[in-house]
Amino acid sequence: MRVALFVPCYVDAFEPQVGIATLELLRRFDLDVTYPFDQTCCGQPMTNTGCHKEAAATEALFVRNFSGFDHIVVPSGSCAHQVREHMTAIPQTPAVKAVRERTLELVEFLHDVLKVDAFPWAEFPYKVSYHNNCNALRGIGHAAPSELHGPFFSKPLDLLKKVKGLELVQLARPDECCGFGGTYCVAEPAVSVKMGYDKVADHARAGAEYVVSADSSCMMHQQGCARRLGVDLRFIHIAQVLNGATA
Amino acid sequence: MTDEPGGLIHPELRSERNESPVGPAGQRLQHAEGTSQPLRSKIRERQPRGAEVNGRRPIDHEAAAARFIAAPEHEKMHDERLWDLRSKRDAQMHAIPEWEELRELASQIKQHTLAHLDEYLEQFEAAAKANGVHVHWATDGAAHNRIVHGILRDHGAKRLIKSKSMLTEECGLRDYMAATGIEVVETDLGERIQQLDDEPPSHVVVPAVHKLRRDVAEVFSRTLGSDPDTDEVPYLAERQREATRPLILSADAGMTGGNFAVAETGSFVVCTNEGNADLSANVPALHIASIGIEKLIPRVEHLGVFIRLLSRSALGSPITQYTSHFRRPREGGEMHVVLVDNGRSARLGMAEFWTSLKCIRCGACMNTCPVFRRSGGLSYGATYAGPIGLILDPTFDKRKYSTLPFASTLNGSCSNVCPVKINIHEQIFAWRRVLAEEHEIPLVKRQMMQAAGAVLSRPALYRAAISTADSALRFLPRFAVYNRWNAWGAGREMPPAPKETFHTWYARTHPAADKGSGDGSA
Ligand code: SF4
Repeated sequence: MRVALFVPCYVDAFEPQVGIATLELLRRFDLDVTYPFDQTCCGQPMTNTGCHKEAAATEALFVRNFSGFDHIVVPSGSCAHQVREHMTAIPQTPAVKAVRERTLELVEFLHDVLKVDAFPWAEFPYKVSYHNNCNALRGIGHAAPSELHGPFFSKPLDLLKKVKGLELVQLARPDECCGFGGTYCVAEPAVSVKMGYDKVADHARAGAEYVVSADSSCMMHQQGCARRLGVDLRFIHIAQVLNGATA
Repeated sequence: MTDEPGGLIHPELRSERNESPVGPAGQRLQHAEGTSQPLRSKIRERQPRGAEVNGRRPIDHEAAAARFIAAPEHEKMHDERLWDLRSKRDAQMHAIPEWEELRELASQIKQHTLAHLDEYLEQFEAAAKANGVHVHWATDGAAHNRIVHGILRDHGAKRLIKSKSMLTEECGLRDYMAATGIEVVETDLGERIQQLDDEPPSHVVVPAVHKLRRDVAEVFSRTLGSDPDTDEVPYLAERQREATRPLILSADAGMTGGNFAVAETGSFVVCTNEGNADLSANVPALHIASIGIEKLIPRVEHLGVFIRLLSRSALGSPITQYTSHFRRPREGGEMHVVLVDNGRSARLGMAEFWTSLKCIRCGACMNTCPVFRRSGGLSYGATYAGPIGLILDPTFDKRKYSTLPFASTLNGSCSNVCPVKINIHEQIFAWRRVLAEEHEIPLVKRQMMQAAGAVLSRPALYRAAISTADSALRFLPRFAVYNRWNAWGAGREMPPAPKETFHTWYARTHPAADKGSGDGSA
């Protein structure tokens, strides 16, 4: 199986250890993992602002970088969602369609494609609250959203339950958006920050020591809020936990 | 690591938060009420006012929202009350196994009706006329107001009592009537509060939800002469009732909206919790109903789907206290129905946005919206606030409401709660594209995105732009920020800068790897 690793721009610049953990984790499953070197971004900042035309060249570059793989794996629900649902600024050739369909978020890839049933190397003896990124939750179906009537499921929690010592705590508003919202975080900073504070407060009240998520961008925002509030919460990407990070 | 979350230093995190749907007196509130835990502060916090509206100038939602958040008692109460409605809605949903089927059915009935709207409207008109109802057609708000005024004038009416109607808000009926010398009295309690305070409703179902009881006491003391220091709900409700009942009993005409208009019977249905629509319709001999043309449903049996969804979605109660069917004028009375277009048929022709006409104005999307809950309905400066407003308002004025589709994190919760399955967040996303294409977003924002697109499509240029942690911190938040460098840092710490990017790490640790072309030619 030929797998390409897509490292989102935020992860590349601010959370390189998330990229490293994703790469190491994928290699544990004997996959042929390539990191296409000319990759930059999925185009989300532009399309999120309505500027699709301005995203076209970036999207075309993405397709050139990631063509020819069985799967493109990215440790971010919102980037996977962008590629699968919104990469429409360029003509939808078979190559473009193939790249879009084959792009998976890391949790989906582990849960649905590899169907991993154990992470024997992973142990995380902490109280953890899980943050569902909204695009991961409602856009690409990581879990059953609380608004809909249907059986509960959660792919990320299924995976985290296989980690020794990890104890999940419950949020009062589990699916509430944290206010990051891509460009929203700077377009409407007052509301964004208030939502972030409320989210951080919810984690803290639940007794979480660590917040785990499949999205670094939401965590960067929440971490920025927690630090400003002086709340002792730590943030770690699910790739790191599953790869056996000890803290 | 502290061992318990009580070791947090910020006072905001210390306040107890009770998420359970129980009222202050300990009873479980069932109908039409959301609870909140008041902050007990000594200083009297003034009610934040909404967005400034200046002609066609784009609404500054962010500034109005910031003012709302700067009033923590109001913001907290508003957020919790509406979240409580959302929680009650969830409980109702879980009690109905076929909930998702109902939503699908409701959506299909609406889509079908909208696709054949001309036929159903004619059918409705014919049936209503056969019932002895006068049917009028209004192309826009101004025509609607003229028609209503004409009917009132013909009857020499001096006072009109009305129940809540978003459509009459849309048409600006109250302002229009003020100039005619005909007095308009709102009979819905929340709407009456808003009328007395000279504010538009902030929410389609609970119009005064942004007000604390204290704010209401202040309005009533100013307008009805009640005791400004008593803010008990029974007292306030009683004072309002005493003041308004005589006006209702001596009114010359009554007006209602219509939640549903049934084509086969020519009848219409109004859902309320206070029974005020029945007062408006039945006390005076003259009843005028203003109904948007999208309110049509083909048959009475379809009500079974919508009535089950409406109040459960809106307030988390199984049904509104009153579901009143109106079919023909009572003996000696007159009934008029004004069917209003006001932009609806144009909307019907918009390929990406026509399904917004399915909306039954339940307000569930507002209750669940994390931005709405924290910014208040008046911050949108438009008739329709919250998620549904973001996609309806630009159809009325693309310039004035050009900022609204950006007042969203695109989290998608609104689409999931919507009982008629409008893809609200996808339409918000689509509106951003339309507004950018039509140059209704600030030029500086477009230029920033052009620059970002140019850099992000050229690997070597991009790598140079973020080559040091320092420059990454400048470039990366900035392509989102355009000219607002401080927007991140005002309420949040910057992320710590790592010593190397993933990209650099990979190049260092994989010396043999293909290093690409740098120009993206692959
Ligand atoms: S868009 Fe949907 S959820 Fe929002 S008010 Fe209309 S029907 Fe209700």
